[in-house]
Amino acid sequence: MGSGSSIGRVRGLGSAKEGAHHWWNQRLTAGSNLLLTLWFLVSVALLPAYDWATVSAWLGSAWAAVPLALMLLSVLYHARLGLQVVIEDYAHAETRVVLMVLMHFFIVGAGAVALFSILKLAFTAGAIVP
Amino acid sequence: MATFTLPKNSVIKKEGRVHKAPAGAKRVKAFKIYRYDPDSGENPRYDRFELDLDDCGPMVLDALIKLKAEADPSLTFRRSCREGICGSCSMNIDGTNTLACTKAIEDVKGEVKITPLPHMDVIKDLVPDFTHFYAQYASIKPWLQTVTPPPSGKERLQSPEDRAKLDGLYECILCACCSTSCPSYWWNSDKFLGPAILLQAYRWLADSRDEMTGERLDSLEDPFRLYRCHTIMNCANTCPKGLNPAKAIAETKKMVAERIV
Repeated sequence: MGSGSSIGRVRGLGSAKEGAHHWWNQRLTAGSNLLLTLWFLVSVALLPAYDWATVSAWLGSAWAAVPLALMLLSVLYHARLGLQVVIEDYAHAETRVVLMVLMHFFIVGAGAVALFSILKLAFTAGAIVP
Repeated sequence: MATFTLPKNSVIKKEGRVHKAPAGAKRVKAFKIYRYDPDSGENPRYDRFELDLDDCGPMVLDALIKLKAEADPSLTFRRSCREGICGSCSMNIDGTNTLACTKAIEDVKGEVKITPLPHMDVIKDLVPDFTHFYAQYASIKPWLQTVTPPPSGKERLQSPEDRAKLDGLYECILCACCSTSCPSYWWNSDKFLGPAILLQAYRWLADSRDEMTGERLDSLEDPFRLYRCHTIMNCANTCPKGLNPAKAIAETKKMVAERIV
């Protein structure tokens, strides 16, 4: 792969021809994070009370459960994109691959738990008593 | 991981040599200069030089030339045009990458500390190894590329408006002050092209006569070659020519995004 000359090393394995989607999605999710987080903060502030019955009834509505799920997905996807950048910046060789795999496991796991929790509350609103 | 400490043979020794100002000097200025001689087998050190400002030109390069001529002929640095157009005398002066020939001595308070450009292999004293930097420059094919043959007997025409799009780009002298001030370039220069080369790449993307824009963007679109830039603007801060590589990189990212959005 031309590693015997300086220009050969720079050309290396060539361009990955990707990065545009990462860059665009990072900006897209930054925007959706802003809107959905604002919605979340305002909605929580406007709740009449913070007891189990009120909050679970609120999440029983699609108008609350859907945006909340979207917010978590948007935030986690944005975090995935951002953490990827940090790992690419500072970790090299095998460490980079290992950290990248762990990071993806963590994001997907956290997303699954968050989604399950929201759906459980949404679909059983008022039925569960803690 | 990124290495934050110097390798053993690069750690700077405490004690260096001292060259005193001539007796009777009225305005003495001290220079603390990084010295490294690969043939000596010794670690780098800081030498202290003193000179009389009344008997020296105004710029840091004037002082370096005087010190080399009168105090220590082994003091090694690159210089050529002495007027900010060749880019040879780029070095770190008083904590900022700049050109020694356009940096006034009186702009530095106290001792003038001079080191080579950061995070480059040092050949000797203030001379860094630019082999990789120049190979990166060659890799972006910094020349006009077209698919149409040149008009017979004529030059390729460009309107004054299109020519104006190259202002702020063509002035780059490849001194590497910006690239060596960029942390992303410090940690990933094996693949990241760095601000200087990316500004040069954009200079051809912005040229109305060039017809290889798509191929150029193909070769740049890469998580490391282009997207290591996180727009922290060290490049624009330090550029001795007042250029803005960060903006050129942002424009390149916009062009790449335009192909998918």
